[in-house]
Amino acid sequence: MFNYLEYIRESNFPHIWCAGCGDGIILKALIRAIDKLGMSRDESVMVSGIGCSSRTPGYMDINTLHTTHGRALPFATGVKLANPDLKVIVITGDGDATAIGGNHFIHAARRNIDLTVLLYNNYIYGMTGGQCSPMTPVGSKASTAQHGNLEPSFNTSGLAIAAGASFVARTDVYHVQQCEKFISKALQKKGFSLVEIMTPCPTAYGRRNKMANPVTMMEWLKDNMVPVAKYDKMTDQEREGKVSAGILCDIDKAEFTAEYDKLIKKVRTE
Amino acid sequence: MENDSSGQIRMMQGNQACAEGALAAGCRFFAGYPITPSSEIAEHLSVALPKLGGKFIQMEDEIAAMGAIIGASLAGMKSLTATSGPGFSLKQENIGYAGMAEVPCVVINVMRGGPSTGMPTLPAQMDVQQARWGSHGDRGVIVLVADSAQESYEQTIRAFNLAEKYMTPVILLLDEIVGHTTEKVIIPERSEYEIIDRKKPDLPPDKYLPYRETEDLIPVLATFGTGYKYNVTGLCHNETGFPTNDPAIIGAQIKRLTDKIIIHKKDIIRNRMVMLEDAEIAIFAYGSVARSARSALAKCREAGIKAGLFQPTVLWPFPEDDIREVAGRVKGFVVPEMNMGQMAREVERACRRDTPVHRLNRVDGQPITPGEIVDLIKGVV
Repeated sequence: MFNYLEYIRESNFPHIWCAGCGDGIILKALIRAIDKLGMSRDESVMVSGIGCSSRTPGYMDINTLHTTHGRALPFATGVKLANPDLKVIVITGDGDATAIGGNHFIHAARRNIDLTVLLYNNYIYGMTGGQCSPMTPVGSKASTAQHGNLEPSFNTSGLAIAAGASFVARTDVYHVQQCEKFISKALQKKGFSLVEIMTPCPTAYGRRNKMANPVTMMEWLKDNMVPVAKYDKMTDQEREGKVSAGILCDIDKAEFTAEYDKLIKKVRTE
Repeated sequence: MENDSSGQIRMMQGNQACAEGALAAGCRFFAGYPITPSSEIAEHLSVALPKLGGKFIQMEDEIAAMGAIIGASLAGMKSLTATSGPGFSLKQENIGYAGMAEVPCVVINVMRGGPSTGMPTLPAQMDVQQARWGSHGDRGVIVLVADSAQESYEQTIRAFNLAEKYMTPVILLLDEIVGHTTEKVIIPERSEYEIIDRKKPDLPPDKYLPYRETEDLIPVLATFGTGYKYNVTGLCHNETGFPTNDPAIIGAQIKRLTDKIIIHKKDIIRNRMVMLEDAEIAIFAYGSVARSARSALAKCREAGIKAGLFQPTVLWPFPEDDIREVAGRVKGFVVPEMNMGQMAREVERACRRDTPVHRLNRVDGQPITPGEIVDLIKGVV
């Protein structure tokens, strides 16, 4: 059995996440990915914003920076640009990254700065009690959308690809081996890499949307996450309520901190 | 220190002097966003920093720029951002974060007229209280002010030194006149100024507590990547850096954030006292207004009026004790400001109603002239 204890800050447990929350599954997948890659935790930094997802770094024995709401990416940009030798992992949620932090999200992707971003998408603001986020599906209920949400949601992964990310994948906590594999690939990618991870929030989302039982939410992920190759061949009607999973973008291109180092060399020899 | 211009006499803008002073202080990271009248600081550093192996980045907004310099500072670089009124408002949450997490960095605000978009190209001193109270919560702050290009250079170095020494964001205020006036700057020799670097942990990683209460109340934060794995958060935290709900720990932490500035105020506060020994009336003035005040002072003395000048170069912590001491010797204070009396109220508070304080306020984007100050003094003596 894999020994997680080496990687966690045991004194900070029990964690704050509710029963049935998927965030702990992501934490464990990340730990396994880091272990298999043999990454130096002294030379790695985890940066997060605000929300349930953003509490992840606090449980890991690594350099951790828990910032302000939506701003993990600018803080992480500062860390990475100041010392490109550091491996920088950003933990964020759907509200943190696509609402208050939306501007930073598109610009970090545009810059193609070497950050690995794990975006926990649970369709809701869990920590503040279940308000709708830019990812809440149309018609879903939230504490601030009690008559049903009217607003279309972002295609967050599509947004990152359009903005210029190097690596984008979508997965979920039911398909946990795929989740670990995509995190590992993202960690190895030089450039802005995003793994959007669907994770259940039975407390704040499921309870209002006929999925109060965590098992029901897990079954929803099992039944509705569709491999991207299959999803691409489906009709619009068949796609209704389904979410594509897989590697959505994986390209090699100029990375910002490497380009900056080239600039330094150039201006110093001029 | 890579500073090949020491000892030279150069002509430069206040904004450029800030950039040059930052480089002399060891600043190697700048993140900013374009805004008048501070953009020349960013422009100058975008050229100079890569030549020194440093990093310049124009961020997507003011908030991001403030976040980036905090991240860069934790990664070990002395870091700067520069802005003006509206941008200063936007940065406030992350300035508060740097205060709470005790991350050293410097924020230069070249003051223009407000509120809102206000007067982008015209001077004001309307942000002096915002610099003290702009972000939510309660903590001690250090705010410096400069009256010339020369002082912009020197105060930028001092801002970095105080940030590194007291592990806190330090604000340097210029006004548009100071930022955009091109004038003589004598670049000091390296031996003429001190450079302070933040302390490094003197304990091994397994014994290290980043926010351990020390005698001087100043924490020792390790640089990321040096083997000290710890947590930084804007939540109330204990000595390990992890969030806590323990009222005793929270109370002590928040009190320490104020006390760590207050117990060191004698080291931080610096005033220029001009002809105050025999003065009957004291002018309290800072920034570009202090230049008009010096001219007014000369005119008053010529006319036989015993005026003097109290010019703070540190606005916060406020030099209350020094004002109180002068208040005991003069018949009154005159406080000219390009705002509605933001610092005059502090002078009044320090005088405790024993000494009258006369205000002179301009909020039309125009400088306060020496003549206006002289007229007010003649009216009160």
